Amino acid sequence: MNLHSESFPLRAGMKMAQLLDKDFSLLGVFSRMGLDFGFSEASVDEVCRRSGTDTDTFLLICSVYAVPGFRPSADDRVDLKEIVKYLHLSHSYYMDQVLPRLAQALERMTAGCQSKPRSVIRSFFSQYKEELSKHFAYEEDYVFPYVNAVLEGRSGEGFSIAEYERNHSNVEEKLEDLKNLVMKYLPQGCDQSQAMLALVNIYTLEYDLEKHTIIEDEVLVPGVGRIENA
Amino acid sequence: MRRKVLAILPSAIVSRGLEQIFRETGEFVLSWVLTELSDARIRSAAPDIIIVDPLVADSASREGLRAHIGTLSDAPVIAFKLMNDGAEGFDAVIGLSDSPATVVKKLRMALDGHSDPARREGGELSAREKEILVCVAKGMLNKEIADKYCLSTHTVITHRKNISRKTGIKTVAGLTVYALLNNLIDINSVE
Repeated sequence: MNLHSESFPLRAGMKMAQLLDKDFSLLGVFSRMGLDFGFSEASVDEVCRRSGTDTDTFLLICSVYAVPGFRPSADDRVDLKEIVKYLHLSHSYYMDQVLPRLAQALERMTAGCQSKPRSVIRSFFSQYKEELSKHFAYEEDYVFPYVNAVLEGRSGEGFSIAEYERNHSNVEEKLEDLKNLVMKYLPQGCDQSQAMLALVNIYTLEYDLEKHTIIEDEVLVPGVGRIENA
Repeated sequence: MRRKVLAILPSAIVSRGLEQIFRETGEFVLSWVLTELSDARIRSAAPDIIIVDPLVADSASREGLRAHIGTLSDAPVIAFKLMNDGAEGFDAVIGLSDSPATVVKKLRMALDGHSDPARREGGELSAREKEILVCVAKGMLNKEIADKYCLSTHTVITHRKNISRKTGIKTVAGLTVYALLNNLIDINSVE
């Protein structure tokens, strides 16, 4: 499916509200990019220009989330600086918004339990948070500065994007474990509606991280690789 | 829910052709396309089925390709063969002359044939699996567990795979939580 073909479901000329309505997972994307509601009849292109966002890159990101089966390709027009900015905003969104919401749901879920399950789940969650935070810190401290250097025509010494791809670790396992612990092995005395809220947050985060990884592995890595080899 | 396919195919013509077939038939979806072998990316993906062109492996490692992918993913592995290049042990083989219906049928059969005993029975952990789970939760290594119960390391690994498959919990930290919540271990015995 080509992003620039006539039949592609997301287009620069469509209304922004229409685009958002395609798939509600875009809500998270809009939130972290600081796109405020109240689009009225403005087109995607108009809203992007107004907020200083590159329209093609924005459409590419939205397509990864909202178009089933969509895969980025080397032909897509993309501004890698914007991609880095987006990935950075995503990290903050996960750490500052999604994880605190999930933490709160888990705390409230186990509030009526005995102290053991409460502390066991709390400590597992904090291990997960720590792991995710380390994963993001590596990208923020090493990968993004390197990419920015390459984009500015400086050579990033002693690092290459292939090295990042090799070290790109898997952070989904603990989240999946947490999902199964809540869904299958919820301790007695837990609050069901908070468990539901926790699961909604887990599923949302899981889906978002999956798309986030596609943008890293299939847009950022090959894009930077092409510049390195040029 | 459509079954997710991971393809490792150097040829865009082939991967896009498959994508088109999947779109028309609706039962599968091409979720990941790699143009070369990447252990990390195979491991981080969660495909229901894998399609690989054996030519992505050099001739020396081609024979062991199926086994190698088996260490990264439990999904059945289908070979896409342009020619008879000697790769062995795949769950099915597809080629350029297969019709879309044949491709889908072969994938479906590979999935049906692949479900192993643990997945079929699902269900409760066996007594031995519980013993091993307790050791894992206490932080013991596979070798230590094998010695304790006079098993081979390979058998311990198989038990661990089955434990994770039944519970849906993969990490040591997650298995420790499971063991604690189910009163299989005491909180003081965790390091």
